[in-house]
Amino acid sequence: MALLEINDLHVNYGMITALKGISFEVNEGEVIALIGANGAGKTTTLHALTGLIPAKSGSIKLNGTELTKVPAHKIVEMGMAHVPEGRRIFQHLSVLDNLKLGAYTRKDKANIEKDMQMVYERFPRLAERKSQIAGTLSGGEQQMLAMGRALMSNPKIIVMDEPSMGLSPILVSEIFDIITSIRKDGTTVLLVEQNAKKALAIADRAYVLETGNIVLSGNASDLINDESIKKAYLGE
Amino acid sequence: MKTKSKLIKPYTKKSFITYALLIAVFTIVQLILNFGKMSFMMQSLLVPLCVYSILAVSLNLTVGILGELSLGQAGFMCIGAYSGALFSSLMKEAIPEAMVRFPIAILLGGLCAALFGVLIGIPVLRLRGDYLAIVTLAFGEIIKNICASLYLGKDAEGFHLSIKSAADMNMAPDGKMIINGALGLNGTPKDSNFTVAFIILLITVIIAYNFVYSRTGRAVMSIRDNRIAAESVGLNITKYKLITFGLTAFLAGVAGVIYSHNFSTLQASKFDYNMSILILVFVVLGGIGSIRGSVIAAVVLTLIPELLRETIGNYRMLFYAVILIAMMLVTSNSKLKGRITAYTNKLKGLIKKEKKGEIK
Repeated sequence: MALLEINDLHVNYGMITALKGISFEVNEGEVIALIGANGAGKTTTLHALTGLIPAKSGSIKLNGTELTKVPAHKIVEMGMAHVPEGRRIFQHLSVLDNLKLGAYTRKDKANIEKDMQMVYERFPRLAERKSQIAGTLSGGEQQMLAMGRALMSNPKIIVMDEPSMGLSPILVSEIFDIITSIRKDGTTVLLVEQNAKKALAIADRAYVLETGNIVLSGNASDLINDESIKKAYLGE
Repeated sequence: MKTKSKLIKPYTKKSFITYALLIAVFTIVQLILNFGKMSFMMQSLLVPLCVYSILAVSLNLTVGILGELSLGQAGFMCIGAYSGALFSSLMKEAIPEAMVRFPIAILLGGLCAALFGVLIGIPVLRLRGDYLAIVTLAFGEIIKNICASLYLGKDAEGFHLSIKSAADMNMAPDGKMIINGALGLNGTPKDSNFTVAFIILLITVIIAYNFVYSRTGRAVMSIRDNRIAAESVGLNITKYKLITFGLTAFLAGVAGVIYSHNFSTLQASKFDYNMSILILVFVVLGGIGSIRGSVIAAVVLTLIPELLRETIGNYRMLFYAVILIAMMLVTSNSKLKGRITAYTNKLKGLIKKEKKGEIK
């Protein structure tokens, strides 16, 4: 059984259909990329997964448990963490407080402390800026903080929305290295990206979304050489 | 020394400075009172000053910490005032000791207001920004108007209640009126005094600081900063909004009880939207999110019109308005603000240098 199974998922915004019945699955230990143009429904998919918007029909199963009727704050407890688009950190709180909030759903204090150290090891720059107000961090640091915050909930699967958005090329490479290392430590990753080249380079498999439908799927290494993908998303 | 100062967390320092300031002001006022140097007008202002400070601090929790605009503060104050005063006037004979009766009245008034806060909060907190402000304003007015048309009397048969008129109650002619519509409640025991009001203010400030720097406070501030991110780290947004709204209502209710026990008559018309807006002005000019600022603004802005009354009489509200506008300009002008902070930093540096010199 896959860790995350999505079956015929429909989502509407009022009269507008955003997802027209998509199905995909994420197995434990995989990095899955969800790529597509603006307005294809990538972010909508992630929001439906994490309960931020209700699904119209279809099913989302995490470890066999149906998620479509579960409120957003319970989903984090069940092991799915969300790194929202555009680095939504808590601007006026310190780096430390941001990370503490990531562990809000957990009760095991000793392990939280351990995970905090792990996050600091992974992101040494956050350790240096522990008491700094998060809004004064640079864009890359804010992205790291958002990722660190998600890791603090000790998730089985982490879903990331455009982690490379608005960052310099060097930082983009750094962020993708971090994603690879997160996966190495045993956390499954579902990655939504517009930077298809980078995403396909680190992913195991990928799904291509177009106006609310999955139009293509397969091994990332195959897709990266696919002519239509090259033309549409890789600019070649 | 260095390790010790590191152990004291910055917010502990901040809150203790506020407590120390409050106690210092209280001691000075008590001294002046003891020497009989305070005018009667100033004496009559002491309890209201504490009441307004409590109201400002409690509203700051919703406006500053939760980041939602509420204009229903006077309504919650009204509920607290009515329930507290009703309890006290009914229990005047049963519990003659004010030291026992008054704390119960305060707690009861606070709890009644908190109950209404949560009940109103459940539907209302789904709204945000301007809409929330409008709806809370309306609720405040509804509460005020219901209280103003409330008739309650007691005769040999028991209690009689009406929201139409005194005659509608069908009370026996020898019965006693307890709440008389727009004329309000009469004969509330005058249990409030400056010391009690001050102690409650101090407790309010302690509650506020501990709330802001607690786990719950952090969660509430995270909702203010970014609702979607807060939801995505697993916070139950509605729960934390309700907790904050309820706490604000509770403290406003407590303030209402103290207010009502400062006068022997209580009328609902006092708790109109002017009161709510006035409290919001205290919060905004004191600095949104700053608890110490709320207290200072409440005290200063209540004292100014009263002091002006003695000097320029009828023109005082005109000057008061000018002062408010000037304060708003100064606090929101970044250039002026920068100059002021540069100046205060310079002063701080000078003081530090002097201190170092002393030690050497």
